[in-house]
Amino acid sequence: MIDSDLHLLQRRMAAAVMRPLTRNEQMRKRDASCSSVADEAGAFIRPNDRLTSFERLEIYNRQYWFRLFSSFEEDFPGLKFVVGSRKFQVLMRAYLEAHPSRSFTLRNLGSSLVGWLKDNPQYTAPNPDSAIAMAALEWAHVEAFDNESREPLTADEIATLDGDSHIALQPYLRLLAAPYAVDDALLAVREGSQPSGTQASNAVGIHVVRRTRSRRPSQQQIYLAIYRHDDTVYYKRLSREDFLLLQALEEGRSLGEAIEAAFAESATPESDRPAIIQSAFHHWMQMGWLCAPRATTETL
Amino acid sequence: MPANRFNGFTEYGVGIGLRVPHYRHILEKKPIVDWFEIISENYMIDGGRPLSVLDSILEQYRVVQHGVSMYFGSAEPLSREHLRRLKALVRRTGTSWLSDHLCWGSVDGTYTHDLLPMPYTVEAARNTAEKIRQAQDFLEVPIAVENVSSYAEFHVSEMTEWEFLNEVVERADCGILLDVNNIYVSAQNHNFEPRQYVEAIPADRVAQIHIAGHSKFEKYILDTHDHPVLDPVWGLYARAIERCGPTATLLEWDDSIPSFEEVHAEALKANRYLQGYERTAPLAVTA
Repeated sequence: MIDSDLHLLQRRMAAAVMRPLTRNEQMRKRDASCSSVADEAGAFIRPNDRLTSFERLEIYNRQYWFRLFSSFEEDFPGLKFVVGSRKFQVLMRAYLEAHPSRSFTLRNLGSSLVGWLKDNPQYTAPNPDSAIAMAALEWAHVEAFDNESREPLTADEIATLDGDSHIALQPYLRLLAAPYAVDDALLAVREGSQPSGTQASNAVGIHVVRRTRSRRPSQQQIYLAIYRHDDTVYYKRLSREDFLLLQALEEGRSLGEAIEAAFAESATPESDRPAIIQSAFHHWMQMGWLCAPRATTETL
Repeated sequence: MPANRFNGFTEYGVGIGLRVPHYRHILEKKPIVDWFEIISENYMIDGGRPLSVLDSILEQYRVVQHGVSMYFGSAEPLSREHLRRLKALVRRTGTSWLSDHLCWGSVDGTYTHDLLPMPYTVEAARNTAEKIRQAQDFLEVPIAVENVSSYAEFHVSEMTEWEFLNEVVERADCGILLDVNNIYVSAQNHNFEPRQYVEAIPADRVAQIHIAGHSKFEKYILDTHDHPVLDPVWGLYARAIERCGPTATLLEWDDSIPSFEEVHAEALKANRYLQGYERTAPLAVTA
């Protein structure tokens, strides 16, 4: 099947459909090698009595980008808030050009965003850290929304744990340390935003850009648990120690190692620590955040 | 004819697409709806609210799955991961049949998330039919392919769209999800007579019919699913029902979605034609 006429035609059309638009969101007249796109379109698309080959191809070219813009903007309103709408448009186009969808679902469109922002600080200057933190929170939100929920550990199971035990965290629980209060900022942004609707139609006729200025969230070191409860995503601030403990468990360290990591540079008196740990585990158990490691790494 | 092997020998009436803005209304008011169509990809996930809502809906209603990214027409092989997730959803919903589009949309693992038109060639028909067969074998549920609305045609096409559709479904031995709005949109964009399309489809393979609204632009029509069904589309629907019998019918409304009642009322207009058929259909004669 590979390199059949069908495959070659589809490659050719996909390359044209996914080629970036002009600033005015029209199809480009020249491709990267300065060849005429009208000639290229005419080579495989029939014109009709109303539209040239170029114009017919342009309908698909614009729909492709408008659909991706719509999905990306819906998933990352906080990033737009942080960098401002003008910079966001540039950033979004550059990211989507570098990372077109490799998944059957647009849900995964932003999966490479945080790494890409770290590698490309020019798109978020002069505040790349707040932009990265916000993007990380928004991607964590996507994951918390529909990641798997596994059977949580029971109180009896937790009572049998010792320092060598390994515990996994629920796939829907994501952890984030950030130097900005991005949680407050995102909650405020989400309160004022509305989702778009297109699902089974293959047409996206318009891309609306609303102008907003960049606004940096307040500078504050935060530790967050992003999780789902009763089908709603919540952000919960954690103490530094609780965050480090959960993070170490997520990394696969034993319970003893995780506790050691959590309190390595802690000012909490040693005598207070057992009660703090017990209280934290009690809360996490009630939340259902703890579960057994996957069968292949079963060490409980 | 309506109950056939391509829709699991079911006789569904008029349904609507299950959409997020209507979740609360449906769960709280439990309106009488014959069936809901879901976009499979929205529920091919590991957990969370979409699956919880789906499970609640399944307690009360019949659900049929409709996909948007299987891309039977893409030259590359079917995605195993996609099929695995889809089969898990098929088991969850108990869908009597499953539909996706007669189109392509991915190349070399990159997805356009669009329903791109096929070149109407024998090679493309052969490739598409083979993939439908593979999916049908794996999923163990009848598959119906939907004709898409399109805005471009290829120089290499060797046949009309309806000839291509017939070629594919015969080779794959699968059903048809006949979208009469898409026929109308493509007919306007490509200057063909939409009735000719409806007359040419094999009526005994039609598992389901889609109706929807569209938007007119200066030089072409876009399949936007954001309006009530227009009269010419109802005209095509009427003829399709005359040919196919009272077939499971679904209204798609995906953008600028109005209230549940408004969407449902628009869908139920289809009953004028379905009930009209039943009044005029000849009685069966038994020995």
